[in-house]
Amino acid sequence: MNKEDHLDLYRKMYLIRLFEESCGENYSKGFIRGFLHLYIGQEAVAVGSIDSLEEKDYIVTHYRDHGHAIARGLSTNGLMAELFGKETGVSKGKGGSMHLFDSEKNFMGGHAIVGAQMPLAAGFALASQYRKEDSVTMVYFGDGATNQGTFHETMNLASVWKLPIVFFLENNFYGMGTSVERIRSNGKSFSNMAEGYGIPSTIVDGMDVIAVKETTKEVVDKVRSGNGPALIEATTFRFQGHSMADPAKYRESSEVDEWRKKDPVESFPEYIISSNIASKEEIEDVKKSVEDEMNAAVKFATESNEPDLESLSKDVYL
Amino acid sequence: MAEITLRQALQKGLSEAIENDPDVFIMGEDIGAYGGAYAITSGFLEKYGPDRIKDTPISEAGFIGAGIGSAAAGLKPIVELMSISFSLVGFDQIVNMAANIRYMSGGQINVPMVIRAPTGAGMQLGATHSQSFETWLCEVPGLKVVAPSNPKDALGLLRSSIKDPNPVIFAESAGLYGTKGEVSEEYYEIEIGKAEIKQEGTDITLISYGHGIPMINKVSEELAKKNVSSEIIDLRSLSPIDYDLINNSVQKTGRALLLDTARKNGGVMAEIATNINEDSGDYLDGPILRVGSEDVPWPYNRKLEQHAMSSVPKIMNKIEQGYSL
Ligand SMILES: Cc1ncc(C[n+]2csc(CCOP(=O)(O)OP(=O)(O)O)c2C)c(N)n1
Ligand SMILES: [Mg+2]
Repeated sequence: MNKEDHLDLYRKMYLIRLFEESCGENYSKGFIRGFLHLYIGQEAVAVGSIDSLEEKDYIVTHYRDHGHAIARGLSTNGLMAELFGKETGVSKGKGGSMHLFDSEKNFMGGHAIVGAQMPLAAGFALASQYRKEDSVTMVYFGDGATNQGTFHETMNLASVWKLPIVFFLENNFYGMGTSVERIRSNGKSFSNMAEGYGIPSTIVDGMDVIAVKETTKEVVDKVRSGNGPALIEATTFRFQGHSMADPAKYRESSEVDEWRKKDPVESFPEYIISSNIASKEEIEDVKKSVEDEMNAAVKFATESNEPDLESLSKDVYL
Repeated sequence: MAEITLRQALQKGLSEAIENDPDVFIMGEDIGAYGGAYAITSGFLEKYGPDRIKDTPISEAGFIGAGIGSAAAGLKPIVELMSISFSLVGFDQIVNMAANIRYMSGGQINVPMVIRAPTGAGMQLGATHSQSFETWLCEVPGLKVVAPSNPKDALGLLRSSIKDPNPVIFAESAGLYGTKGEVSEEYYEIEIGKAEIKQEGTDITLISYGHGIPMINKVSEELAKKNVSSEIIDLRSLSPIDYDLINNSVQKTGRALLLDTARKNGGVMAEIATNINEDSGDYLDGPILRVGSEDVPWPYNRKLEQHAMSSVPKIMNKIEQGYSL
């Protein structure tokens, strides 16, 4: 990894952070509505892992999807416009925060029924295998989603069929207000579940963007070369409530404070500077360009048009 | 009489059931430590403990099914879903098991269970979170389906749903949780299968349920300005449906407008329209009118969502065209 690679990882993490802060602000102002789940705290996971994918690879994720979308390079204009419900949004204002799509970038959603994205993702992997293409499907989900039957059914299918899929578990230790201790039957890590289906698994520190990137690269390479599915568990934390409606009374602020000390958006630039990879000024330049991009995105979303009423019945069928 | 919100009415009914019947327990996702996605069970865990207020993992098929089994074993589970849209994940258990088990066992096994779920669009939650599957569940024999529109009915229907020996789907309009209304302090129940005439009238019968009722009330006010007197029926139960009350009213007024807040196509109002046609066809002064939500997946954009929903102008238009009123 050279200087540009480091700065690029930082740029994406900072972009997600600012994007999410802006979402929170615009939600309070009423420009964004519905359910809004922020990715603040988990930036290193999406950025590190998606950096190890190729353009031909598929990404399928859940409703907490802004981070994955930005890391994949979806336009911040199109994303912010979607959240504002505008016709220029990535889903033409019809999907909203939980249902982001960009098929040109093989970004196959944004799915808001917990666990529903997993069988769908297996289908993309099946298509790659069927066509003898060497693309990989990356499916993101949370600790809470491991309780759904779809997770277990899909792991078994993927294992039996040796599908080129990576199950990417973002363990942020809470599914809404439910801590993982309360839903893990054996008190052990989720990797045990994968082992039960003959799927190899790896745990990585989800607050360390380079570790996430390297681990993912290693795993994706194996999956790409036809070894069947794999699972990666990244341990991470969402610094805010589950959604904008959640005051997060079920956890101690000291727990949040502990995790905030590992904030990748703070610690990674510190590391870059102290290791003499890039200068403070270069970090500041990145920040400035990200801030400009975000201002432009909000302006674009604000100035874009609402979808016209005819579009209501468009795209129900082809 | 006290004025309370629909949320408080549900809280009263649930607390009462927990306190009076040791077989009653509540389970669902984040109903305990979190206090419920819509804060219906807020404070319950602290008050009644984890045996009565059971937090579940995100496993709808699993815990709905376990609810059915525990009911079959004689308990009285109340299962809360975060959204009726998520009932789909447990649909097999609800339909194949809860609804069928009594019949296919030749009457040996009952499922005295209540499944409560918020329903309805209007909050910009998009296609996967805004649906109204109470109308699908009406098709299933063996299930009862109720949908209160106000605090009084919510409490009365909840009491009879918990007592009922059959599985009952209790559809709560998410937009109505904060609605206030008078609720008697004396104990009462509302029988499942009984609709209510909310307002007597002579020229047209307006029929709806749940969050369709506030809209119907406004339509009635608009009609009154034109000297049209409307009779308002709140169905309260969607299965079984109170056809006697409906037909009596339509035979008196000779006109009917049915408002569904779910999608129009295949909704419960299609069923009611057919029944009116068969039983009161001779009394009608014109076609039975039906308004429902547009037959599209729910959009996120506010303008589109509002446009997909029924509205007072849409209903007024329909009435003007249908009956030249
Ligand atoms: C089938 C279904 N059940 C319940 C919900 C409501 N819900 C949305 S997110 C969520 C928690 C998921 O937690 P987790 O998988 O850990 O992801 P995180 O939010 O932590 O990223 C719940 C219960 C849903 N959307 N779909
Ligand atoms: Mg989680």
